[in-house]
Amino acid sequence: MKPCNRFEMQFPSLSANESFARAAVSAFAAQIDPTVADLNDFKTAVSEAVTNCIVHAYRDTIGTVYISAKLFEDGKLTVRIRDKGCGIPDVAQAMEPLFTTGGSERAGLGFAVMQSFCDTVRVHSTPGGGTSVTLTKRFSRRMSYDKR
Amino acid sequence: MKVRLLLKNGVLTARLHGELDHHSAACVRDTIDDTAQKMRPHTLRLDFSEITFMDSSGIGLILGRLKLVSVWGGKVIVTNVAPELQKMIELAGIPRLVEVRKEADGNEAV
Ligand SMILES: Nc1ncnc2c1ncn2[C@@H]1O[C@H](COP(=O)(O)OP(=O)(O)OP(=O)(O)O)[C@@H](O)[C@H]1O
Ligand SMILES: [Mg+2]
Repeated sequence: MKPCNRFEMQFPSLSANESFARAAVSAFAAQIDPTVADLNDFKTAVSEAVTNCIVHAYRDTIGTVYISAKLFEDGKLTVRIRDKGCGIPDVAQAMEPLFTTGGSERAGLGFAVMQSFCDTVRVHSTPGGGTSVTLTKRFSRRMSYDKR
Repeated sequence: MKVRLLLKNGVLTARLHGELDHHSAACVRDTIDDTAQKMRPHTLRLDFSEITFMDSSGIGLILGRLKLVSVWGGKVIVTNVAPELQKMIELAGIPRLVEVRKEADGNEAV
């Protein structure tokens, strides 16, 4: 299926951009007229993925975070959050709840939150090359989508 | 992110305001820890009534403060979590670690 709408953006991995990134995705998703609860869930998942780029991928540097979003006629939204940072040596281990390399202020729950707040979470990572996280959620619309 | 601190009868209340993420948690943490270390409250109350958004950084904030006050035998309570944040609080198992409750306030400023 072809997306009926999409957008792309990129920004430096400054923590001030965390709220900007989730607000942008949220504003894009608003056109499907999602329920407040669904939108909040998705926004939270995006915040987790973006924060991981800033906190982990580019731990001691500033790099670029890339986001691309695709919206489909059936209300499905796919958002890919990508970095060219340090990568994850063992993705399965990283996705286990409570696993963290981030020290005492991190709960190790980001991936668990993404998985419980989205329909699917796909992670591809290359150590030294970067990581991409694709979040998908099918929104139940309050009204039908008007593509005019 | 704004945080207001109030101390009354050994209870330090931190009333958080706005969106709680990795960016905003950093300065909130420093503000709370500064005062908590000086006052050593028996209870640190994190009041979430004005939090409109939270990701797992908020969970890290709660757990980190629990660790801090445990040093002098204090406890943490979390109050007035909005319904849309409840799912996150439950997922993280916070109710098994600290008391989570609804509570009206009535504390004076430090
Ligand atoms: N984009 C990324 N680049 C490099 N490593 C990552 C990336 N995303 C996650 N990781 C690794 O996976 C671990 C688990 O991530 P997860 O988001 O589940 O927890 P966390 O970020 O450590 O804690 P929390 O999200 O609760 O603050 C991280 O500690 C880190 O080691
Ligand atoms: Mg994380």
